[in-house]
Amino acid sequence: MALDNSTIHQTLADQFATAVSDFQQIHDILTFEIDSNAISEVMLFLRDDKVMRFNFLTTLCGMHFPDAAEERQFAVVYHMHNWIDNVRIRIKCFLPASNPEIDTVSDLFASANWQERETYDFFGIIFKGHPQLKRILNMDEMVSFPMRKEFPLEDGGRTDKDDRFFGRTIDNC
Amino acid sequence: MSDSKIITNAPAPEGFSGEGFFATKLSDVVGMARANSLWPLPFATSCCGIEFMATMASHYDVARFGSERMSFSPRQADMLLVMGTIAKKMAPILRQVYEQMAEPRWVISVGACACSGGIFDTYSVLQGIDKIIPVDVYVPGCPPRPEQILDGIMRLQDLVRTESVRRRSSHEYTELLASYNIK
Repeated sequence: MALDNSTIHQTLADQFATAVSDFQQIHDILTFEIDSNAISEVMLFLRDDKVMRFNFLTTLCGMHFPDAAEERQFAVVYHMHNWIDNVRIRIKCFLPASNPEIDTVSDLFASANWQERETYDFFGIIFKGHPQLKRILNMDEMVSFPMRKEFPLEDGGRTDKDDRFFGRTIDNC
Repeated sequence: MSDSKIITNAPAPEGFSGEGFFATKLSDVVGMARANSLWPLPFATSCCGIEFMATMASHYDVARFGSERMSFSPRQADMLLVMGTIAKKMAPILRQVYEQMAEPRWVISVGACACSGGIFDTYSVLQGIDKIIPVDVYVPGCPPRPEQILDGIMRLQDLVRTESVRRRSSHEYTELLASYNIK
C-alpha cells in the first residue's frame, strides 16, 4: 500500500504533537513546519520508521524574510524522498534573526554536510554539531552572507557602469 | 584558392644598410625577436576560452604570429591570455600564475568578463582582472571572434616590438608593479 499524505500527517501529529504544525499540500507535496529544536528527532523518525521510510534527503537550503516577525526571519527547508513508495515531503524550520541556529542533520544524512556548509556560506545559519562548518563556495575572506537581503547583489568596485544606461535613474538619458 | 600574400619574414627594423652589413639598434632586434616568438599561456575559464581554442586551431592558427605552442607552465610563457569570468575566489590563483611568469611578460585580457566583469556585476566576480594584475591589451567582445583575439595579439606584438629593453627595470615599471603590490 502506498504511503499517503494523510497517514504521514496523522503519524507525525500523534508522535510529536505540537512540534509539527501547519500541514498543507503545495504542488502535490505535503509541506509542514517543524519546531527548530525538534528537527533531528523528527528527521530520524522519518528516516527509520517502518512506515515512513524517508530514506533520502533530496535537498536542503536557506531562506531569508527580512520583513517577517523577528523569530521567523530565517528558514531552513528540507526536501525528503521515500524511494520505496515514491513520496516526497517538504519541511520548513523557522529561525529567529537574532540567533539563526539549528541542529545539524549531517549525522543522519552525509549529503547534508556540504549543503549545510552552503547554507551557512550564503545565509549565515549556524548548524550546531556540524563537523566542519566553514565557507564552501565563496572566498574565505568574505565577511558578508551574500544571500541575505541586506547585502547588495552588485559589486561596489564596479567603475564602468553608468546608471543612466541601466534604467536606474528616473530621467533616463 | 586564396589570393592572399603569405608573409614569411618579419619586416626589418629601421637601420642603416650597406654592402654586406646592416646596422640597427639592439632594442629593435630584441623587440623583433620577442614579438615574433610570443609563447602564450591560456588561462581560460569559460566561453572566451572556446573562441581561443578556435584561434589556436588550424583554421585561424595563432602559430602564424610566432606563438610556438601553448605553454601550460607560467614559467615558460611570455603572454598570459586571460579568457573568461574570473571569480573572486579565482583571483589569488590568477595572480600567482602572473607572479610565476618570468620577465618580460605581457597580459591580454580577452572578453568583457576579464576586462570589466561583463554582465556579472555581482559580489562573487572580480570586476576586471586589472584590479589584480597589470594588463597590456584589452580585447572586447562577448565572446570576441578569433579574428578579434588575433587582432589583440597583433596589437600586443606592436607593443613588444617597440618596447625598450630597459623598460622592465625602469622606475615607472617598478612603480606599476608596486601599485599592484607585486614584488
